[in-house]
Amino acid sequence: MDGFIVRAGFLKGVPFFVSGSGPVRFIGAEPKVLTPHDGGVLAAEITKDGNSLITSGDDGKIMQSDLDGNMVRLAERPRKWIDVLACGPSGAVAFASGRAAWVRLADGTEKEFQHERAVGGLAFAPKGLRLAVARYDGATLWWVNTSGKPVELGWKGAHLDIAFSPEGKYLVTTMQENALHGWRLADSQDMRMTGYPAKVKSWSWSVKGRHLATAGASAAIVWPFTGKTGPMGQTPLQLGVRGDSLVTCVACHPKEEVVAIGYADGMIMMVRFQDNAEVLLKRPGAGPISTLAWDTAGMRIAFGSEEAEAGVIDLQG
Amino acid sequence: MTATETTDRAQIPVTVLTGYLGAGKTTLLNRILTENHGQRYAVIVNEFGEVGIDNDLLVESDEEIFEMNNGCICCTVRGDLIRTVQNLMKRRGAFDAIVVETTGVADPAPVAQTFFMDDDVRKAAKLDAVVTVVDARHVLQRLEDTAEAEDQIAFADVVLLNKTDLVGVEELTAVEARIRSINPYAVLHRTERCAIDLKAVLDRGAFDLDRILSLDPHFLEHGHHAHECSPDCDHDHHGHGHHHSHDGHAHDAPHSVKSISLTAGELDPQMFFPWINQVTQVQGPNILRLKGILAFKDDPQRYVIQGVHMIVEGDHQRDWKTGEERVSRLVFIGRDLNWDVLKQSFAACAAG
Repeated sequence: MDGFIVRAGFLKGVPFFVSGSGPVRFIGAEPKVLTPHDGGVLAAEITKDGNSLITSGDDGKIMQSDLDGNMVRLAERPRKWIDVLACGPSGAVAFASGRAAWVRLADGTEKEFQHERAVGGLAFAPKGLRLAVARYDGATLWWVNTSGKPVELGWKGAHLDIAFSPEGKYLVTTMQENALHGWRLADSQDMRMTGYPAKVKSWSWSVKGRHLATAGASAAIVWPFTGKTGPMGQTPLQLGVRGDSLVTCVACHPKEEVVAIGYADGMIMMVRFQDNAEVLLKRPGAGPISTLAWDTAGMRIAFGSEEAEAGVIDLQG
Repeated sequence: MTATETTDRAQIPVTVLTGYLGAGKTTLLNRILTENHGQRYAVIVNEFGEVGIDNDLLVESDEEIFEMNNGCICCTVRGDLIRTVQNLMKRRGAFDAIVVETTGVADPAPVAQTFFMDDDVRKAAKLDAVVTVVDARHVLQRLEDTAEAEDQIAFADVVLLNKTDLVGVEELTAVEARIRSINPYAVLHRTERCAIDLKAVLDRGAFDLDRILSLDPHFLEHGHHAHECSPDCDHDHHGHGHHHSHDGHAHDAPHSVKSISLTAGELDPQMFFPWINQVTQVQGPNILRLKGILAFKDDPQRYVIQGVHMIVEGDHQRDWKTGEERVSRLVFIGRDLNWDVLKQSFAACAAG
């Protein structure tokens, strides 16, 4: 492969790899290479229906690509670098640049959401067409189709990535500081998750949303989100502890309480929550692991690194 | 960060262009991009000016100041820059160096601090030089009106005194004296339409640090300078004389930027590090920049240190050469600093 692997995963069971330098590769029976952008790719997300891949690039375009090689331009913001993307229900796609966020609905209409400070990340709520925007000093929740006042959640500092817990009870952000912040949406109760030696740049919800696994430390830090109070007052699990390399990427198994952990030296391990049992999946290699994803059956892992290393690990193999 | 964490790819050098609107930043940028030097640049601009910039990798970035949550008002970084550098790293093979053009009124501190404070940016990129373009005709007025103009000069590693064809010899002399009074350590070049050998602007790195060592300390006593070029001064003189008069400009005003050079022999690291931490913690808001090359007792390597406000960063640079005098020199550029106290307390860090 070439360049920084921005995203690896599976589309209808076919492994795909998105390079920052531009190419999107589908490694099926007949491998295909698409170049949806005039330049680099900054972000990639799978649509909710699992049928296509949305990419955004430094050409300002939002593109939809599929396994047949079709490429459709969904939106364009000339001269902007679009590095924030989220896929929502009913074919909605959200993207952002600077202080503005947009939602493009399946019928092609676009809605714009302006903020006073830069948008860090976007996430759709699991139910209803609701968009959460991570921003400076907090998060904003918009109903996409109704023009009411948004819900503002405040917490000082720059919030970057954002995610709802799968059942929609919690909203969590990564921060410019080495910390996560969260809100219990029922009462806007704040939650702070701190103690990381580095920024948290990868996270993944475990099966049924019971835990949130995170990168940014010398182990995968796995916060429990069970019970009424979520992670508050709880000690997280520390899985796959290593003394000599930081965790850069995590992906929870779709069915079991198991997490795949990628490290800064290129190593990948698989660790079980219950007993911390570790299985080495890949030895250290070229560059920090930048992307990890399971297939829906939980039998294969696609991975990529910042230094062009990429592949598929088959657990049956 | 751990030792095995990266595969140690070289950090991408970053050149920061500052200067007031109309000083000639875009002209310089276009020179950098069009000259045939074999380097490919990624360019980060705050706004597309009316003058077009033709480059493959051009990023428009809205200035976003992030205050870090540690309660320190001067620990600000440019959030948009962090993000842009991270995005650029996804296209690592497409460029060799980065140029950041700031808006005319920008405080250069957050830009510089970004390259020290953010771990991801630090890993990927290093600040090579701050280049400040100054309009010879308007700079004295700007300095009267704004603090930013003074800060931009104080932060500079290289100053391009531009549009020299639009002012007389006497005025030029006064302007140059004023710039030198703010920042005697910057390399100053006189230019017309930013015409300059780009080697003087790009890939400066260690050269500028070494230059500090070779500056004559007497040249810098208490901000009152003889306005003579040091032996090492590498700007084009165009045959002009060196009889710069002291014109009594605003640089003796109470809050104007001044600089000090401290020298000592070998230092005791047990004394020096607590001292520099203390100085930057207490006086950080008033320190615009600090740089130094230090000789620690029993250490075979030169230690290079630099800082912005409260942030200090240091690293071993290279072995001291045989016959090279093991001298420590530290330079501060700032406002309202107590030079006498700094001098005495630095002297107390000397190895016994």
